Amino acid sequence: MAAPATYIPVVIIGAGHAGLAMSFRLTERSFDHVVLERGEVANSWRTERWDSLRLLTPNWQNQLPGIGCPGEDPDGYMTMTEVAEFITEYASAIAAPVRVRTTVTRVGVHARGYIVETDRGNWTCDALVIASGGSNIANVPAASAEVPDSITQLDAMTYRSPNDLDDRPVLVVGASATGVQLTDEINRSGRSVTISVGEHVRMPRSYRGRDVFWWMEQAGVLDEGLDQLDDLVRARRVPSPQLIGTPEHRSIDLNALADQGVEIVGRLGRITDGVAQFSGSLPNVCTMADLKMNRLLQRFDDWAESTGASEVGPPERFDPTKVPSPARLELDLAEDGIGTIVWATGYRPDYSWLDIPVLDRKGRIRHDGGVTDAPGMYVTGLNVLRRRRSSFIGGAVRDSEEVSVHLGRHLEEAGVHA
Amino acid sequence: MTDIDTPVNNGVNTEALLGAREALSGAPEAAEFTWTANCSWVDGTFSQTTVDGFSGLGQEHHHKTSYSFGADHPECFASEDRGATPPEILLAALASCLTAGVASVAQHRQIQLRSVTATVEGKMNVLGILGADPDIRNGFNDVTVHFDIDADASSEDIQALVAQSQKRSAVYDMVTNPTRVAVEVG
Repeated sequence: MAAPATYIPVVIIGAGHAGLAMSFRLTERSFDHVVLERGEVANSWRTERWDSLRLLTPNWQNQLPGIGCPGEDPDGYMTMTEVAEFITEYASAIAAPVRVRTTVTRVGVHARGYIVETDRGNWTCDALVIASGGSNIANVPAASAEVPDSITQLDAMTYRSPNDLDDRPVLVVGASATGVQLTDEINRSGRSVTISVGEHVRMPRSYRGRDVFWWMEQAGVLDEGLDQLDDLVRARRVPSPQLIGTPEHRSIDLNALADQGVEIVGRLGRITDGVAQFSGSLPNVCTMADLKMNRLLQRFDDWAESTGASEVGPPERFDPTKVPSPARLELDLAEDGIGTIVWATGYRPDYSWLDIPVLDRKGRIRHDGGVTDAPGMYVTGLNVLRRRRSSFIGGAVRDSEEVSVHLGRHLEEAGVHA
Repeated sequence: MTDIDTPVNNGVNTEALLGAREALSGAPEAAEFTWTANCSWVDGTFSQTTVDGFSGLGQEHHHKTSYSFGADHPECFASEDRGATPPEILLAALASCLTAGVASVAQHRQIQLRSVTATVEGKMNVLGILGADPDIRNGFNDVTVHFDIDADASSEDIQALVAQSQKRSAVYDMVTNPTRVAVEVG
């Protein structure tokens, strides 16, 4: 098969914040490139998020290279519409060479480097940047196959709002930011909700009068790099913290959910004959989350003390998670009238189009800070790509700078000069 | 704090364990282990279970010697009490698994242990196993583990040690989560 292909030094796949930040860096270095986008700019933010979602990070933190921070209120949290507008305006501000509605169907090795096949023509290139993100497919556990047909199943990508649900009770599986946010809003809509909780990350929205991201920024948590993390595999897959971005800056945790009438159960084990079984390890996952939160708060306190920070309130400690006793171990989905199960069990990337052996046994790209084993192939916009900050929009500022240095060297070695 | 001149030693070779974790992550098939126990009925409710061979790391292994466990029921169940009850053996397995985890995690976190004791209780209503009430389960309704740990560490660090040992315990996982069990005859 020798489909005609256009040569260009660099192809970037994905026009989200990470792909566009790379585009800015390449333009800065005068390397010709194209950004391929299956939908519109910021496609996932536009089409794969629920209605009420706002960013977890405050506006002041959402920098992208070459522009200032978005929004009028630096301490506010953008809605998804605002995020999509912000990223779209960024794409035009930096004049990114984006080809929208262009879906990559295959990426393979080619004499010059790589060939990128799409439904709108093919490109060959010396360097390739995969910026399609880590959240393309909802990770739904195998137990979902055992759910009775009378129950509607949704995941974090298909759920939009409580208005789409019938009035029956709801089971939310997962207690990351997604799980607790959906539990909260479905419960506030008047429906009875049970939340199934495995390992989770508890974090207050504000601490000593400041946003928790302010503390993480000040105490250096976000700048911890790969060599400072003792378990990188774990750091990259740790669930998102139990936070919500609201104009009131309110906190959300299992105690708040329990107080509003949500039932807390352990991690979902399996579903047999319509009965869901939950783990008896709930007390331990809650203890671990409390201990980790307190260690983080202690780190903030230590930083405040050592720097004599005066613009903060006094230290605080929060009540331990109140684990229901005895916690329910079984839920008869039919008998208890469950109408909807929402799988808030994470996402995984889709690399079905990637015909290059760079995936590990879990289907993730092997990389060292965004540099893959394949010469000239890079990945950006993943959790903890180069540092903790990489998991957030603002992480693209330094990540794109550093990855583009490596990429520029590769191009020069390949004889491509800006 | 531990004096830097006396290295923490709980008798656990965590370097070897971390090396195995690294090596097996790259060779996941070698990480597949099968553990085996052989049980023979002796008489009454008394049985004798032996463990000897197991497989893993792509080969067969043997314990340095065979280990044997007699199990029976106590006299108040009209048995002769020639061994621990099977539920007690489960409690022993849970306690020893968590304790091994405490020692390993403590070694990894450079915490010197002086003593670790655990008391495990399992609450059971025997109307279940007697078949007298179909609404009562056979097994434990609640299991409690109480640790007393004397170590060179803060109470928060000790709490974290015990939490991490639960997170990494095989028996704790099997007791708290559903497990598929296939029983065949012949």
